[in-house]
Amino acid sequence: MTYNVAEIRNQFPILTQKVYKKPLIYLDNAATTQKPDVVIQSLETYYSKYNANIHRGVHFLSSHCTDATESARKTVQKFINAAHPHEIIFTRGTTEAINLVAKTFGQIELKKGDKVLVTRMEHHSNIVPWQMACEQYGAELCVVEIDKQGTIDLNSYEKALNENVKIAAFTHISNTLGTINDVKKMVEMAHSQDIPVLIDGAQAIQHTHVDVQDLDADFYVFSGHKVYAPTGIGVLYGKEKWLEKLPPWEGGGEMIDRVSFEKTTYNTLPFKFEAGTPNYIGAIALGVALDYIQNIGIDSIKAHEEELLRYATERISEINDLEIIGTAEHKSSVLSFIVKNIHPYDIGVLLDKTGIAVRTGNHCTQPLHDWYNISGTVRASFAMYNTKSEIDYFIEKLDFVLNMLQ
Amino acid sequence: MSNIEEKQKTIVDEFSIFDDWMDRYAHLIEQGKDLEGLKEENRTDNNIINGCQSKVWLSAEYKDGKIYFTADSDAILTKGLVALVIRVFTGETPEEILKTEPWFIKEIGLQENLSPTRSNGLTSMLKQIKFYAMAFKAKYEA
Repeated sequence: MTYNVAEIRNQFPILTQKVYKKPLIYLDNAATTQKPDVVIQSLETYYSKYNANIHRGVHFLSSHCTDATESARKTVQKFINAAHPHEIIFTRGTTEAINLVAKTFGQIELKKGDKVLVTRMEHHSNIVPWQMACEQYGAELCVVEIDKQGTIDLNSYEKALNENVKIAAFTHISNTLGTINDVKKMVEMAHSQDIPVLIDGAQAIQHTHVDVQDLDADFYVFSGHKVYAPTGIGVLYGKEKWLEKLPPWEGGGEMIDRVSFEKTTYNTLPFKFEAGTPNYIGAIALGVALDYIQNIGIDSIKAHEEELLRYATERISEINDLEIIGTAEHKSSVLSFIVKNIHPYDIGVLLDKTGIAVRTGNHCTQPLHDWYNISGTVRASFAMYNTKSEIDYFIEKLDFVLNMLQ
Repeated sequence: MSNIEEKQKTIVDEFSIFDDWMDRYAHLIEQGKDLEGLKEENRTDNNIINGCQSKVWLSAEYKDGKIYFTADSDAILTKGLVALVIRVFTGETPEEILKTEPWFIKEIGLQENLSPTRSNGLTSMLKQIKFYAMAFKAKYEA
């Protein structure tokens, strides 16, 4: 089947939107993706026809919502090829999933003198939770450096993996550089030293095939809103043995087995980690989004996006005094750049006036920007519905605003 | 009409001849380019106002009952806005500054720059101008 981008665009109502009376060119997909009709409709259907709190409800609607939620869990399981549905924990997003692991893992595994390994290119949400856990237990946060292209130096990574390291946490794809890390290799290297790993999949799940068993990841986390699903829902995948071992983190309803004032026993997986009423309609819509992607085919999406990135990189290289930040050999859907003597903010504000949405600033990766000695970049990021003609328009307008600013 | 209000009105008149965004922004960029700004060595952490996106530096001097501002930014659009704000407030008395709202920003269609989410440092700069006025008033006019 050929990839029909026009047909895909028809599924996304926001793409016909105008801003400042100009067609919207949405190139801020690494921040969040737009939603297809099926996802929007699933929210409407569930809120207007089936809404009832899930689990233990004996009535029709509650049973229906419970089934749909648990079926969404299975959809996620299949999408990332997890061994069991109870290895899928619904969270608010990537950030909450990392915090969950950092808190509970820290509690049982971290003590004074231990180390947690992260990389230079991590998003703040894969730095700060670990930093907090390290502070709490007297452990140390260690950083694996990258080269100028934005590739992790596997030699220094290997050297850093010593017996004091209790966990390694790294991103699958960099939100700023677009670098696709060789995560399978990195997991293998960590495991050879008996070190578990957490992979931040926030920028990978929507662009590439993820198989957590093949990767042998101990934890893999991602957000729904970056994979065409609603905000406020995300996933923590954890190997059963780890999720069994970790203590619960939030207390409340749903996560308990039996409560008395003397002692509470906890529910089994996955409910042990899902205290309170979860965002079950968000979870159901996430399932719908993943099915939608599956129908189009993640490999076709990947091929389309690779071509967009190749084309955009080629076109943007025509512009004088422009430097691409992140030139790794394996890249995905993210094009960050700076222009000599021009502030990224100015470029972003003026592009906005032409209908183009890009992101400017430090993209929540300040340590990475410090390393490159830059205060920010302009980032264009692509999704399955972007087109080459949008890139042409973007380049044309970029050229125009740079002329204004020079 | 007070001098400070006159100045706001002049800026509004100046911008009223531009009917599309491009000309308005081009004019704003000119304002930024024309602003002398601060010398590199005066762009210190003491007078920096950190926006998430762009930085603003602001310093103030009190002379003969009036406050004189100098300011700068690392982004040219922010610097243009800063230049306009400075034009309005500089050379005025603390009292005048304290009672003046910079309504001209909305009038010239650049109010989105005042949104706290814009984080270009402009909102904080306006607050800082009022703080200077309060501080100088307390110090010299109490």
